[in-house]
Amino acid sequence: MIIGLDVGGTHTDVVLLGPEGVLARTKEVTDQENLVDTVLRGVDGVLGDIDPGKVSRVVLSTTLTTNSVIRNTLTPVGMVVAAGPGMDPKLHTIGPSFHVVKGALDHRGAEIAALDKEAVKKAFALIREKGIRAVGLVTKFSVRNPSHEEAMEKAARGLFDSVFCGHRLSGVLNFPRRVASCWLNAGVHDAFSSFSQAVKEAFQARGIIAPVHILKADGGTFSLDAALECPGETVLSGPSASVMGAIPHAPSAKDVLVLDIGGTTTDMAVLIDKVPVLEPLGAEVGGVKTLFRALKSVSIGLGGDSVLHVAGKELHIGPDRKGPALCLGGPLPTPTDAMAVLGLFEGGDRAAALKGMEVLGRDLGMEAEAASCFVLKSLCEKIRDAAFAMVAGINGRPVYTLHEMLEGYVVKPEALLVMGGPAAVLAPGLGEVCGLESRAVPDWGVANAIGAALARTTCAVTVLADTQRGFVRAPEEAYSAEAPVAFNMADAIALAEKLVREKALRLGADAKGLEVEVLESQEFSMMRGYRRAGRNIRVRAQVKPGLIRNGGIA
Amino acid sequence: MMLKAKSKTGLVFFPAFDWAIDPSHPEREERLLYTQDQIFEEGLMDIEGIQEFKPDLVTDQDIQRVHFCVPDEPTVTTSSHYVSAGGAKTMARELMEGRIEKGFALVRPPGHHAMRVVHGGRGFCNINIEAIMVEYLRTHWGVKRIAIVDTDCHHGDGTQDIYWHDPDVLFISLHQDGRTLYPGSGFMEELGGPNAAGYTVNIPLPPHTSEEGYLYTVENAVLPILDDFKPDLIINSAGQDNHYTDPITNMNFTAQGYARLTELLNPHIAVLEGGYSIEAALPYVNAGIILAMAGLDYSHVLEPDYNPAVLKESKDTLQYIHKVCDRVMDQWNRRGPELSQKVFGKKEFHERSRSIMYDTDGIYEGQKEILRSCTDCAGSFRIESKSDRGWRIIGVHIPVNACPACKAQGEDWYEKASGADKAYLQDRSRDLYLKKS
Repeated sequence: MIIGLDVGGTHTDVVLLGPEGVLARTKEVTDQENLVDTVLRGVDGVLGDIDPGKVSRVVLSTTLTTNSVIRNTLTPVGMVVAAGPGMDPKLHTIGPSFHVVKGALDHRGAEIAALDKEAVKKAFALIREKGIRAVGLVTKFSVRNPSHEEAMEKAARGLFDSVFCGHRLSGVLNFPRRVASCWLNAGVHDAFSSFSQAVKEAFQARGIIAPVHILKADGGTFSLDAALECPGETVLSGPSASVMGAIPHAPSAKDVLVLDIGGTTTDMAVLIDKVPVLEPLGAEVGGVKTLFRALKSVSIGLGGDSVLHVAGKELHIGPDRKGPALCLGGPLPTPTDAMAVLGLFEGGDRAAALKGMEVLGRDLGMEAEAASCFVLKSLCEKIRDAAFAMVAGINGRPVYTLHEMLEGYVVKPEALLVMGGPAAVLAPGLGEVCGLESRAVPDWGVANAIGAALARTTCAVTVLADTQRGFVRAPEEAYSAEAPVAFNMADAIALAEKLVREKALRLGADAKGLEVEVLESQEFSMMRGYRRAGRNIRVRAQVKPGLIRNGGIA
Repeated sequence: MMLKAKSKTGLVFFPAFDWAIDPSHPEREERLLYTQDQIFEEGLMDIEGIQEFKPDLVTDQDIQRVHFCVPDEPTVTTSSHYVSAGGAKTMARELMEGRIEKGFALVRPPGHHAMRVVHGGRGFCNINIEAIMVEYLRTHWGVKRIAIVDTDCHHGDGTQDIYWHDPDVLFISLHQDGRTLYPGSGFMEELGGPNAAGYTVNIPLPPHTSEEGYLYTVENAVLPILDDFKPDLIINSAGQDNHYTDPITNMNFTAQGYARLTELLNPHIAVLEGGYSIEAALPYVNAGIILAMAGLDYSHVLEPDYNPAVLKESKDTLQYIHKVCDRVMDQWNRRGPELSQKVFGKKEFHERSRSIMYDTDGIYEGQKEILRSCTDCAGSFRIESKSDRGWRIIGVHIPVNACPACKAQGEDWYEKASGADKAYLQDRSRDLYLKKS
């Protein structure tokens, strides 16, 4: 049996899954001040009298990291960075104690300027003087050569409670994001570590001995212990739970739009043959751009509680929410009132809704019913436009080879999967305005928790070989070796696959059925003069997001 | 800290990582690899106000506004050319639609050695990507006056050829003196055709020109000329081979110099041309240009071995550059009919013959051109071209703003064209391209 929990901002959804499907479910109010208690209430709620020893896996999403960023409650982090040629590194200042030291590497990882170890020591002293116990250490091009970060890490040992390096968190090039991601990792580490410890102890006390996993922004999971090494990856795990929850219902071999319509917002994502499309670089949370792998998701200010108003004969929906619908005692008409008028929403005060839609209808020159139909149709059209714009954005992503330019995959949505409160009401209308097959995800209220429960462990590794300089490296995995002149693409791919497999197992993946794939592979002959001086090989491999099984759900 | 570009800047980055002229050619897969590394590592595309766009592909019609491709467009190009020209076109469209204020097409292969008639590749170029963009801007957006400033180290002889007769498109080329470098042209005496005398401006700079001399030229020749011409748009053919580490040229320009040049020139659109110091120059030069276009601080963009004292020009070199600038300004101030009469004489029709070599593809072309002298428009012309590959063609060009007489003359030339394998009519006044065999 598996327990899946999606700890959301207001509610926490929990399911207990058996081989045949959902055995139990519950919805708890989230206590942001005591997430552990929320998790335990959820677990107790679904387990009831069931023997906790039968639970084989627990997966939870958490708002901890996202909220820490948004509420600015991260532990203070001292940052020490070295940059070299390019933008002024001070432009990337983050945190209360940011220090730039001399030292530079170039694009191939060659040292341009030695690291100023004295300056590093001084920076550490200044950080400690401020009472700061966490540091982030980042250099430009550290994913090509981690030696400067490693030297700083060595010097930081024993001086701080937590030390994070940029090269371990991603193999992707982007110095400002590496700085921000490292800061986030170090800043959330304390809170995450307490949370993780409390969850472990509480589960043990209840006799749950199963491994506990945390959901990440890319819709994959990793173990609680692995999460301590890179806690920033748990940002935005809530939205990814919903998308993963849609997967059991997505048709194979088709491009599917997932629309999660909430009260205030609609979150949109794309599945290609049951695999979610990812962001090219990483998650963005509270204005902080990171290198943490994330699902591509766009959120728009349209939902069941969006305020309706008419200005100059034109209907406006959202983006504000001013409370619940009229029919639920709110101040202003919303799409939910339109549904109530049409008998598509029960459990509210229809008379109040009708009154509001009559007033709105007058401004539009329509009867209340006609206005209600118009509102729902307009809502569907606006969601469609935003969804198609997102797809256009994905198809408009830059590519760097002729092959991709001429033969690259083009996303063409063939079906809609609708989740959220108004899913059943809006799914047919959305299908109609999009001209696509459309269905509401059955039992959408727990789909997110199911998504968390069934998500597989994911990870990625980047391998870089430079046979002229004679090395092959995967700094994320602290891997570095000499590359013989004959080192080639097949060797690089084999290495990347091996490293990504080992990483997945370390993060908590099940060896059975573990599939790795090569995301990118590029090889360049480095010509100097008229002879080949070496090969420059870049390979990125991953375990892609998906479910460990579909069983019993769809 | 939120970084924000002062000017909304668009970027098309198309390094064509799977295309080369041949494996060891300077124009090979690896060329923009380290540039990609640098601009990705800098996180330039994350800066608010800098946006990356996927390039469009140009169509054959886009190419036909500029070239007579012999025998046709697909034969003398590869798909990479359609993308690199497309990247320039994308920047033009985004600019005109108001989504960006500046655009940089960081694309390959380059185009500025491609002339109006194309039998094959010359100077690594097959089709002229700036000219294709300029003609798109004129046709689709009605832009009237355009200045192209070519800062590649090699003379932009292709662009010069295409706008030779057109006084509405000012062409300025700064380059290493043609006596010391391919293509061996770009002397001050090359000043435009009889209908556009003075509107081609060549500024040959001596070898070893560095920051001071180059920027002196920009401030004392290029900018005053642009002030006089008052173009609606400024295009920069942004070759990067004036760099002190470039393997096939002899100049001493720098990343700081390129960034300052971009700031001074303030082009609406820059298009990458040459530049073959792929590790020591391009990563830094491109980062500097992008930051300068976006109006951001570039003072930390320095090559690892940057040493301005070593690179500085000698006094003699600087004095020589000052003299060149004086002569350029003197000639510019005499532009127009009087200069034309002095250089070309007063005739109803002007004829010229010349031979053109295609170093990249090893082709030799002979051309005879006849131009109708005109003060009302850029003038129609007829080119007879034969190549040592055996092609004989006739190409007739009618300009965008053609007067009735030139239109009639062009149509008559095309109608009467005979004795060639193919004849083409490039009627820019009607945006029409006809061919007959």
